[in-house]
Amino acid sequence: MRPADTLRFARDAALGTPLRTALSVLAMSIGVAAVVVLTALGDGARRYVVGQFSSLGANLVIVLPGRSGTGGFNPANAITTTPRDLTIDDAAAVRRAPAVKRVGPLAVGTSEIAFGGRLREVIVAGTNHDYFAIRGLEIAQGTALPDEDWNRGSPVVVLGAKVREELFGATPAIGQLVRVGDRRLRVVGVMKSTGQGLGMNTDEVVIVPAALAQAMFNTNTLFRILIEAKSREAIPEAKVQALEIVKQRHRGEEDVTVITQDAVLATFDRLLGALTMAVAGIAAISLAVAGILVMNVMLVAVTQRTGEIGLLKALGASARSIRLAFLVEAAMLSAVGAVLGYLLGQGGAFALRQAFPVFPAYPPDWAVIAGLSTALATGLLFGVMPARRAARLDPVQALMKH
Amino acid sequence: MALIELAGIERRFQLGDTTVNALAGVDLRIDAGEYVAVMGPSGSGKSTLLNLLGLLDRPNAGSYRLEGRDVTTLTPDEQAKVRSARIGFVFQSFHLVPRLTAAENIALPMMLAGIAPAERARRVERALADFGLANRADHKPDQLSGGQRQRVAIARATIMQPALILADEPTGNLDRHTGDEVVHLLEALNASGVTLVVVTHDPTLGARAGRQLVMEDGCLQHDSGRSAHAAG
Repeated sequence: MRPADTLRFARDAALGTPLRTALSVLAMSIGVAAVVVLTALGDGARRYVVGQFSSLGANLVIVLPGRSGTGGFNPANAITTTPRDLTIDDAAAVRRAPAVKRVGPLAVGTSEIAFGGRLREVIVAGTNHDYFAIRGLEIAQGTALPDEDWNRGSPVVVLGAKVREELFGATPAIGQLVRVGDRRLRVVGVMKSTGQGLGMNTDEVVIVPAALAQAMFNTNTLFRILIEAKSREAIPEAKVQALEIVKQRHRGEEDVTVITQDAVLATFDRLLGALTMAVAGIAAISLAVAGILVMNVMLVAVTQRTGEIGLLKALGASARSIRLAFLVEAAMLSAVGAVLGYLLGQGGAFALRQAFPVFPAYPPDWAVIAGLSTALATGLLFGVMPARRAARLDPVQALMKH
Repeated sequence: MALIELAGIERRFQLGDTTVNALAGVDLRIDAGEYVAVMGPSGSGKSTLLNLLGLLDRPNAGSYRLEGRDVTTLTPDEQAKVRSARIGFVFQSFHLVPRLTAAENIALPMMLAGIAPAERARRVERALADFGLANRADHKPDQLSGGQRQRVAIARATIMQPALILADEPTGNLDRHTGDEVVHLLEALNASGVTLVVVTHDPTLGARAGRQLVMEDGCLQHDSGRSAHAAG
């Protein structure tokens, strides 16, 4: 039999039983669509989280007070139970490390901000000029904090977009005096709106010099020191150097934790990647079920078409031709199902993206390829048995069944 | 020239505990161009003989030479090739593929043999005209009358220009008139040189054949042609 004839014969045979064919194609397409949509969800979650972390800033190394992780009993821990505080001077010292490009100390507290009789609760971030560059915060109006001595603490403030909106509405904010806590500060800048982000929403904070924030909250500690390494490759170096400097300043005691954004990212990346794989695995089960359904459909087809198979043998069809015809039919069912499922899945992912625009629900390529090839492979695999059964039929018996 | 030579053919079936001798030592020689009717009561082995002649079944013992070539030892696929090229079947219940049109049914053996579509179309067109089916080419079998269906089946059986046509009760499902038409068609084919073997219950149909074989209990009871051969 010519290949074109085999294809046409298999197609006509499949179309000869429309309902059965439609159902098995549907089952296969649901399986493939499940793989596509579920992996799109999983990978979308991964991209979303990774994207949020990346928005914190590039090449970021973060110093936090206190040791994280338990190292069993340590004599040092028995003597000093509370970790030493991080200070602005620590931050200034870290800036001298060769692998470090910028350093932003960060002190955080809540206070209230008032202007013209309007008052609201606000998060106050105390930091410096470089912090804006490290975090990639853009200024909409005015300027960032002045580049001055970190211990000086000029009475100036940069407002988050939403804070400005609520306090000033349509009137200009730059140059106005606002009250933050019990201090009067001059507004020097307003940040661009960034929308919802992981952790702090920068639209609802006001940024003041670190020394000023410490004075306001009557403390001399920092919440974090944010460090920008000179390059991506310099991140590990910056981490080691920062730790070493702080350790020296804290009399040799390693009482801070230094984390890199990359490490956090990689962890989330791995975690959510594994989640996607797991979800894909679950979806693959539906593919296997669809494959078994295709086999069942083909077995029924062989039984129903026993007479026809006998006839084909009488007319001179070789066992190979018959095997091929049934195998091609099974392959067609799964191929059409796979393509339909792919379109269905992409449609579903598109609908997800329309419904949740912040969520990048794109199915990963590997999942699409794996889903399609699994569908085709199971269809063929489960088509082999019925095809062999058809080819082995005794023509005399088969003809009598007509 | 001998088209078919059977020697000591035996075919046994296992039915539960008992062994049925469907064919018990059949010797038969059919020359090219003969018109043979095989008759006999049900279960006498007529159909088994026809299946063996058509290479659909294998004997337990004995040899079968078709056109001088021993075909009992061929592999199933080699036998399929012989069926494809040399043998045409006509069945009592027509055996048309219901989803295919008349033209496609006729073309089926050529498609299985891998003949080019252009050549197929040419031959099908001629066959449709020859068998009076020209305006039925695109009809499905369920849109055809019984006589038309059997004509399609005969067109299919002859489309590969076989040397031998095996017909199993070709008129069994037809009324008298259409049955006669079909018989005339088969006889016309025989007249053009094709060897025709017809299994039938119908004595009038059997009587039309040039040679009658009567079977009983798996043996050839009567062969009207044997004396002729013995004489020749």
